[in-house]
Amino acid sequence: MNLFIEQTLNGLQLGFTLLMVSAGLTLIFGIMNIINLAHGSLFMVGAFVAADVGGRTGNYLLALLAGIAGAAVAGLIVELGLIRRLYHRDHLYQVLATFALVLIANQAVQMIWGLTPRSVSAPAFLDRTVPVLPGLPYPAYRLAIIATGIAVIVFLHLLVERTRVGMWIRAGRTHRELVGAFGVNVRLLYTLVFAVGAGLAGLAGVVAAPFLSVESGIGDHFLILSFVVIVVGGIGSLKGALYGSLMLGLADTWARTYLPDLFGQFVDPSTAATAGASVASASIYLVMVVVLVVKPNGLFGLADE
Amino acid sequence: MGGTTNLRRTRSWWLWRAVAIVATFGILAAACGDDDTDDAAPAETAEAAPEAAPEPEPAAEPEAAPEPEPVEEPEAAPEPAEETEPEPAAEPEEPAVVGGQVKVGMITTLSTGAAYLGEGIRDAFILAFELDGRYELDLIVEDDGRDPAFAQQLADRMLTRDEVDVMTGIVFSNVAGAVVPQVVNAGTIYISPNAAPSPFAGAQCHENYFVASWQNDNQAEAMGVYVADQGYESVVALAPNYQAGHDLVAGFKRFFGEVDEEIYTELGATDYAQAIAQIREANPEAVYFFYPGGMGIAFVQQYIASGLEIPIFGPMSSFDEVIVDAIGDVSLGLFNSSFWAPDMDNEANRVFVEAYREKYGTTPTAYAAQGYDAALLLISALDANGGSASDTAGMREALKAADFDSVRGKFRFNTNNHPIQDWYLLEVIRDPVHGDLTNTIVATILEDHEDAYASDCSLTG
Repeated sequence: MNLFIEQTLNGLQLGFTLLMVSAGLTLIFGIMNIINLAHGSLFMVGAFVAADVGGRTGNYLLALLAGIAGAAVAGLIVELGLIRRLYHRDHLYQVLATFALVLIANQAVQMIWGLTPRSVSAPAFLDRTVPVLPGLPYPAYRLAIIATGIAVIVFLHLLVERTRVGMWIRAGRTHRELVGAFGVNVRLLYTLVFAVGAGLAGLAGVVAAPFLSVESGIGDHFLILSFVVIVVGGIGSLKGALYGSLMLGLADTWARTYLPDLFGQFVDPSTAATAGASVASASIYLVMVVVLVVKPNGLFGLADE
Repeated sequence: MGGTTNLRRTRSWWLWRAVAIVATFGILAAACGDDDTDDAAPAETAEAAPEAAPEPEPAAEPEAAPEPEPVEEPEAAPEPAEETEPEPAAEPEEPAVVGGQVKVGMITTLSTGAAYLGEGIRDAFILAFELDGRYELDLIVEDDGRDPAFAQQLADRMLTRDEVDVMTGIVFSNVAGAVVPQVVNAGTIYISPNAAPSPFAGAQCHENYFVASWQNDNQAEAMGVYVADQGYESVVALAPNYQAGHDLVAGFKRFFGEVDEEIYTELGATDYAQAIAQIREANPEAVYFFYPGGMGIAFVQQYIASGLEIPIFGPMSSFDEVIVDAIGDVSLGLFNSSFWAPDMDNEANRVFVEAYREKYGTTPTAYAAQGYDAALLLISALDANGGSASDTAGMREALKAADFDSVRGKFRFNTNNHPIQDWYLLEVIRDPVHGDLTNTIVATILEDHEDAYASDCSLTG
C-alpha cells in the first residue's frame, strides 16, 4: 500500500511537471494555431539560466525567477522575430521553422554553457523528507512541485475564465477576426500568450532541474511528452492538459512499477524486469492510442467544424 | 483574390529566405562545433609531443648509467666513457622507431551526463602518446552523444573517408554493439577503452577486437563475491535497461546468487523516484546498482534524499572520482569493485597519475586509466611493427602479446582478446595529499580473473 501511495505521489509529481510544459503548449497551439516545436527549448533555457544563476549566487529563489524570466524573454524574442510571421502559414512551415530553432538552441546552449552537464540543487528548506504516512518519508521538494503545479493550473484557470484578457483569449481561439474588429490588439494578445507559455515552460525546467542533468537537448524529451499530453487532453483545452498530464504521469509511473511484476507471473523474473521496463517506457503511447480510438479529438478537444 | 496570392508569394519568399538563413546558421554552428572537437586533439598532441618526449626516459637512465662505469673501468678517462655509455644504453630499450605516424579514429561520448567518461579516455589516450613522445598521433575525435545510429555514421566516415589505422573510444555498450562489428568486419582493428558487451566476448568474438579495459560482467562479478562474503542475503539490483546493464546484473548474480528484485530504468534517466519507491517496498539488506556517469550522481543523491538507509554497493562505474565528488562526504567509506585505483602501487601508474594531474588538474578516473592503457597497448604493437600500423596481421599478433607496462601492474589477454586480471575492493576516502574524494584499494577480491564467455569464442591463444 505504501508503494502504491509513494508511486502515486511520484506520478502526480511527473504529471504536474508535464502540466507546466503542456499548458503553455496547448494555449499556443489551441489559441494561436501555432505548432511550436521549440517549446522544449524554452524548457531547456529555463533550466540552464537557473543552473547558471543558481551556480553563481547559490540562491534557489533567484535561480527560479531568473529561469522563468529567461525563458519568457526567449519566448518573446522567438514570437516577435519568427512566429509572428508564421500565423497564416501552413503548419508545415511552422514545424520547419521551429524545428530549426530546436537545433539552433541546442547548439547555442552548447556554445554558451559547454557540454558538461550542470546541476541545480533543491533549496535547503525543501531538501529533506516529510513523513506522508508512518514509515513513508517523501522528499519535501517533490511535494512542492505538486503544489506548484496546482498553483499554476489555478492561476491559468482564473486567468482564462475570470479575466477580461482571458475572455479575449477564449474568443480569439474561435473568432479571431471578430475579436480584432472589437478593437482588441490580437497581435499583442498573442505575444503575451506566447510569453506566458514560455515562462511556464521555463518554470517547469527550473523545478525539474534538480532531477535532471541540465544539458543540451533536455527539453526534447519533455516536448514529445507534452505533445502526447495535449493530443490526449484535446488541443487547446487547459482542462485537457490537466487531465492529460496527470493521466500520463500516473500511467508511466504505475506501468514502471507494476508491469515487471505482472510479466513476472508468466516469465522468469530477469526477463520480466527487462521486458516490463521496455513496455513501461511505451505505456504513455499506448494510453494515447486508446484515448484517440475512443475520442479522436482527445478528452476535451473541440470537435472539428 | 489575386492580390492576396501575390502578397502571399512575397511573404513566402521572405519566409524561405529566413529559413535559409536560419538553416545556414544551424549548419555553420554544427560545423564549428565539429571542427572544435576535430582539431583540438591533434593540435594539442602536435604541440606537446616534442616537449614531453625527452623528459621521462633520459631523466631516469643517466642516474643508473654512471654507477656501473666507475666500478668496471676505474682507469679509463671518465669523460668520453660517460658520453658514449648512455647512447647504447638507450637504444636497445627503444628500438629506433622515431617519426612513426598513426591515425586513430576515436568515437566516444563527450556530451550527456557521461561526457566526462569520454573526456577521461580521450585525455589519457593523448597523454600516453605525449609521454611516449615517439609517435605522431593523428587523432580524430567525435562525440557519439550515446546514439548508436549516429555513431555508425561517424564510424563509416572514419573508415572510408579518413581511412584510420585503428579505432577506439566507445564508452557505451549499446554504441559498441552497433559500431564494433562494422569496424572489425571492415578489417580495421578496434581497441576498446571501456565497453565490452558479453556477446563480443563469446560467440561473436573477433580477431580484430581487443579490450583494454575489462569484460562488462567482470566489474560486477567482483562485487557479487564481496557482497556475498559480507553475509548479505537479500539484494535488490538496479541498472539501466541496455546491454551493459544486463551484463552487470548478470555478472553480479553469477557470483552472488539470485537477487530479490531486478529493476531496470531507462538509459540516461535522471529521476529515480520510482525505482527508490520499489527499493523501499522490497526492503532488502543491501542495494547493488550500476549507474555510470550522470546517472550515478542522480541516483545516489536521490537515494540519500529519500531517507533510505540500506547500504549500497556497486562496481567502480558507480563510484568513480567524479561521482563521489558530486555526492560529497556521504560517499566516504562506501565500497566498490575495480581493476585499478589511482593510488595503485607501480611505476607505470605513478607516472600516469602524476602526469595526468599535472596536465588536467584532476585525479584520473578509471576511465582515464583505461584510455591510457589502450594507448600503451597500441604503442606496444606499433613498436613491434617498426612503427607502422599498416600490417594488420602483424598488429594483431603484437596486440595479443600485450607487451606493455599497464597502470594496473599486470595485463595479459585471454584467448578472446579480453584481459585476465585481478579485481580489488575499493573504498572511498579523502585523498590525504590533494584533499579530493577518491578511491583506494583495501583488498583483492579475485585474482587472475577471466570472463565467463571465453570458452564460447573460437579464437585461439
